[in-house]
Amino acid sequence: MTVLDDTQVKDGVDQETVDAVREVGGAYKYGWSTDIEMEYAPKGLTTDIVRLISEKNEEPEWMLEWRLAAYERWLTKVEPDWAMVDYPEIDFQEQYYYARPKSMMVKPKSLDEVDPKLLATYSKLGIPLKEQAILAGVEGAGEMPAEARKVAVDAVFDSVSVGTTFQKELREAGVIFCSISEAIREHPELVKKYLGSVVPVNDNFYATLNSAVFSDGSFVYVPPGVRCPMELSTYFRINAENTGQFERTLIIADKGSYVSYLEGCTAPQRDESQLHAAVVEIIIEEDAEVKYSTVQNWYPGDENGKGGIYNFVTKRADCRGDRAKVMWTQVETGSAVTWKYPSCILRGDDSQGEFYSIAIANNMQQADTGTKMIHLGKRTKSRIVSKGISAGKAQNTYRGLVSMHPKAKESRNYTQCDSLLIGDKCGAHTVPYIEVKNNSSRVEHEATTSKVDDDQMFYCRQRGMDEEEAVALVVNGFCKDVLQALPMEFAMEAQQLVAISLEGSVG
Amino acid sequence: MLNINNLHVDLEDEDKTILKGVNLSVEAGKVHAIMGPNGSGKSTLSYVLAGRDGYKVTEGSATLDGDDILDMEPEERAAAGLFLAFQYPVEIPGVGNMTFLRTAVNAQRKARGEDEMSAAEFLKVIRAKAKDLKIDADMLKRPVNVGFSGGEKKRNEILQMAMLEPRMCILDETDSGLDVDAMKLVSEGVNALRTEGRGFLVITHYQRLLDHIKPDVVHIMADGRIIKTGGPELALEVEKNGYADILAEVA
Repeated sequence: MTVLDDTQVKDGVDQETVDAVREVGGAYKYGWSTDIEMEYAPKGLTTDIVRLISEKNEEPEWMLEWRLAAYERWLTKVEPDWAMVDYPEIDFQEQYYYARPKSMMVKPKSLDEVDPKLLATYSKLGIPLKEQAILAGVEGAGEMPAEARKVAVDAVFDSVSVGTTFQKELREAGVIFCSISEAIREHPELVKKYLGSVVPVNDNFYATLNSAVFSDGSFVYVPPGVRCPMELSTYFRINAENTGQFERTLIIADKGSYVSYLEGCTAPQRDESQLHAAVVEIIIEEDAEVKYSTVQNWYPGDENGKGGIYNFVTKRADCRGDRAKVMWTQVETGSAVTWKYPSCILRGDDSQGEFYSIAIANNMQQADTGTKMIHLGKRTKSRIVSKGISAGKAQNTYRGLVSMHPKAKESRNYTQCDSLLIGDKCGAHTVPYIEVKNNSSRVEHEATTSKVDDDQMFYCRQRGMDEEEAVALVVNGFCKDVLQALPMEFAMEAQQLVAISLEGSVG
Repeated sequence: MLNINNLHVDLEDEDKTILKGVNLSVEAGKVHAIMGPNGSGKSTLSYVLAGRDGYKVTEGSATLDGDDILDMEPEERAAAGLFLAFQYPVEIPGVGNMTFLRTAVNAQRKARGEDEMSAAEFLKVIRAKAKDLKIDADMLKRPVNVGFSGGEKKRNEILQMAMLEPRMCILDETDSGLDVDAMKLVSEGVNALRTEGRGFLVITHYQRLLDHIKPDVVHIMADGRIIKTGGPELALEVEKNGYADILAEVA
């Protein structure tokens, strides 16, 4: 690195840019693994495995029935092949569907009892599982309030949740934040009512698979009128080899409530590809609002396309009540293959859905991602801002559906998707589907493809910036719309991720 | 200060020679103008000096204060004090004008081993300079050149020049796309920067810019060479008679 060794702290964007550039140079930095004794279910998928997962989670009979029904459905389903991704056939019998650290066999009663190795894993990832306030922003982040902010974390390690912080404090506010396995045991009435109500068991191949074998994930319930007193987050870590992670997240924002939820994901560097098939369901009642942010940084495979996570995810939010609001923000830098379309069902009148996405694909990565905005209610609004960045030999596809149903009078959608190509061996594709079944709605679509072109590079360099600084500046500019929607700490990390993923792609 | 000696340049991708032995010396404190018909190689000269890709120097040299600039990266030339005001300033979406400029100023300062400019100091300086060029606060915040009018883009180039305080300024057809008022503003901006230590190379197609920025020396360029050099009166001659007479005279 040339001019960036100077650690003098500057304020504002410049510091972020320089930090981002400084981060370049390391390869995937979460690629290490934790050496820990694990307990596996036998390889492969059968009704016995489904029963075993249910048993391990000490689930009631109804949950097992639900899983078994899903498994039966799954057997009849065919893997989808319409996405613009290409990968060797997955042998679903060659996977482990359940893996948990042996130390978790007896569920720790509190964080103090959790295996120090697990705690160390999360510390190393920068996610301390302690009930300490996270200082707002990062040094030099600017006008953040002086008081510290708290973020509650649910940490999911392979198939199990190892702990959830701040549960007590949240409970005092009436908010339930726990692992989904705990919710199934402790709050069956809520789980029964909402699980599968947004993403039905038979929704799609991977969602059906997830319904049969999901092992853990997070559960959030925010009661009417409550503004969740802190950010909630779940950190997913895949550690075991040949093991799929099937997490299930269920978030319910009751009338007039608000919650902001963050999700982060990493995995060790391995030569074998690994499967991650998650389902996220969000229910938003009248006047409630949910912000769901993801920084997805699964291991992307090496530069020849060896290894990496197959990320097949179904995420959907249902704005059930009038004036319900949901915002998806995602920064996708990892995974070998991504197949993911966080969607909004705008059922309530005047409900709103927003989707902000940056998908960065480098080397041999393939991403087919986008959103669905289903307008059912009157005067519903949606906005889609999607930025795809491709480098190396990567392929990045935006696939989006905007559907205005007959009753969705005077509804609006605005879509902007931009693609940025770095180099000439990568690809960007835009596949918008638009259906309008009434005559008072408005749908706008803008798509552009641009390159960090030689002119921009030369312009920046003529003004004195070196190549890395120039690329970071141009790319960060391109991503700004999306990053602005992220919470502050996240935006900082995301900017660094942008730089990491673009490492070595210039020239 | 800037010495160009027998410079020959080919296009890298095509078998085509653009510059065929350019000789030129710009002294500190002087304004040199290069005029010439389209396709004579004026813009190529500015790009080659600034280090743009796509050109191959086959012969000759270019030095700034004795240092060979042709071997330097574009950013090294910038740090050495070479500035190019672009004919077509480039748009950079999402990057605030001020952020861009501060990144540039500090990158150059760092490269020269100087202290970076603090945010407060930068703000103070840029506000004062922007005011002279009638650039308002909004334009400083907007993304670099995105949605700027032709005049705004050129004023923005001059603002960058004023902030970066280069020693050697090359202006490539800065007058193109400007109305009379904008031309006046831009020229005033340039004139304000004329100092004893700073050299200018003003590339233009028309004489009219030179009414505002009075050159010390005028060169006529045609077919990749400087074919005639004279005082300001040479520009007037071109204005009156076009290039045909001079071309005929040299041929």
